Amino acid sequence: MRNKRNWKIEILGILLAILWLVPFYLMFVNSFKTKKEIFMDVTSPPEKWSFDNYITAFKELDFLQTLFNSLFITVTSVVLIIFFSAMAAYALSRAKSRISTVLFFLFVAAMLIPFQSVMIPLVTVFGQFEMLNRGGLIFMYIGFGASLSIFLYHGALNNIPRSLDEAARIDGANRWQIFWHIIFPMLKPITVTVAILNIIWIWNDYLLPSLVINKTGSETIPLKMFFFFGEYTKQWHLALAGLTLAILPVIIFYFFAQRSIIKGVSDGAIK
Amino acid sequence: MRTKDFAYWLFLAPVLIALTLVVIVPMLLGVYYSFTSWNGITTGEFVGFQNYINLLQDERFLDSLWFTTKFAIVSVILINFIGLSLALIVTSRIKTSSLLRTTFFMPNLIGGLILGFIWQFIFIKVFASVGEMIGMDSLQVWLSTTETGFWGLVILMSWQMAGYIMVIYIAYLQGLPKELIEASEIDGANSFQRFRYIVFPLVAPAFTVSMFLTLSNTFKLYDQNLSLTGGGPYNSTEMVAMEIFNTAFVQNTFAYAQAKAIIFFVIVAIVALFQVYWNKRREVEL
Repeated sequence: MRNKRNWKIEILGILLAILWLVPFYLMFVNSFKTKKEIFMDVTSPPEKWSFDNYITAFKELDFLQTLFNSLFITVTSVVLIIFFSAMAAYALSRAKSRISTVLFFLFVAAMLIPFQSVMIPLVTVFGQFEMLNRGGLIFMYIGFGASLSIFLYHGALNNIPRSLDEAARIDGANRWQIFWHIIFPMLKPITVTVAILNIIWIWNDYLLPSLVINKTGSETIPLKMFFFFGEYTKQWHLALAGLTLAILPVIIFYFFAQRSIIKGVSDGAIK
Repeated sequence: MRTKDFAYWLFLAPVLIALTLVVIVPMLLGVYYSFTSWNGITTGEFVGFQNYINLLQDERFLDSLWFTTKFAIVSVILINFIGLSLALIVTSRIKTSSLLRTTFFMPNLIGGLILGFIWQFIFIKVFASVGEMIGMDSLQVWLSTTETGFWGLVILMSWQMAGYIMVIYIAYLQGLPKELIEASEIDGANSFQRFRYIVFPLVAPAFTVSMFLTLSNTFKLYDQNLSLTGGGPYNSTEMVAMEIFNTAFVQNTFAYAQAKAIIFFVIVAIVALFQVYWNKRREVEL
């Protein structure tokens, strides 16, 4: 193959990338300005990099508490989704029968149901059982997240030979030991994919927590951001500082795990 | 493990219970409620198809359905076009390939609600001040008219989702057999012919995946709609998901909202199944 680089394409790509970053640039530079400065000029960097807006936004968002709420809900839900989905997919892939086929189909078919179609009865029923709280929310995430995760695990499990299970059984391992010590570690690549897809979804989810969490102090970042934005609609300097703060954890996560994230998202979409 | 083993059911129990209580029971209840006059407090009585008959004459609902359809069609085309273009750019022989990939993909990690707020600032503040600078009045009114609200949503979604779709196309482009491309080069195919007759048919499976993802994401859009336009002006940019939410929780007509939600499900399911079927038929077998 010819070894020439495509300069024109490269320049086009770089220009597009700059265009892609413009919204973030505008958010960032204006978050350091005063209200008056934004009014005068939105495109250039601030005259003075003042953190005043951030101090206000940090306090108003109750940032550490909100960040902790998001972390707690996301981590707990994702760990449980991984664990329970892998177990279920293992059972479905190892016991080949009509029941397994029907159950697998049920999980896949559930993916077609839009959230809005179950939203109203879900909230009413859970409300009657006093389950509109963090525990209820995590339980709901398991219900909504299981389908795709089981689907992904099921595909990966079909590629692990059953002779492995049998060998372990002859050596005296029970069902649980076979799953936990032999099969689950072999599923690590798909576990990363499942984890990343669920983290992105749950971390950013707004509608479900907005219906379930109604206690002040338990809000996740998107939820708190919605209220914060509503309060500061005409005060862009504060709103933008809040938005930058809200995005920061994601950017840090992306910086350290970008390779796995892009791979996970692409594997999850294709399989 | 066999299906009559106790262990089988033990392994399945947690997700089966969760799916049943969170998806299956609410879905069945939802179908039932859609035939009643339930308002969330009293169970209401059985009204047959009355809710469904009413929604056929509900202009606000039909408008939102039409707006959503237009938005989905325009967005699907644009997102796939931009996504495939970006994929072709970053998979060509360039130095900055991985940096560009990282940049284009970044908006996908951030929630739609937050992205909508950022773009609200851009459309309202930045567009207005740039418009003033260069003397273009049309930049002053963004998001305050139906048209600009529509294009605002399209721009936001294209910017957000193109990088996601790019990643999918990249996966398929990298799976292309190199020999085939080289053979076509030797046979004297130019780059357009190579794309049209070799790359394009071979990445057909990527279209199935990408079209499905973009269509379902744009049709079910809620967060971005809420934070960018909030449905305004005068509910003219309200999409189906938001219309259902408002019918339920603003107007408190639960059963009626549920009937709309069932129609919404039927449309989403038909589109999804039809699309998978149609795309599978024309995929090239390797």
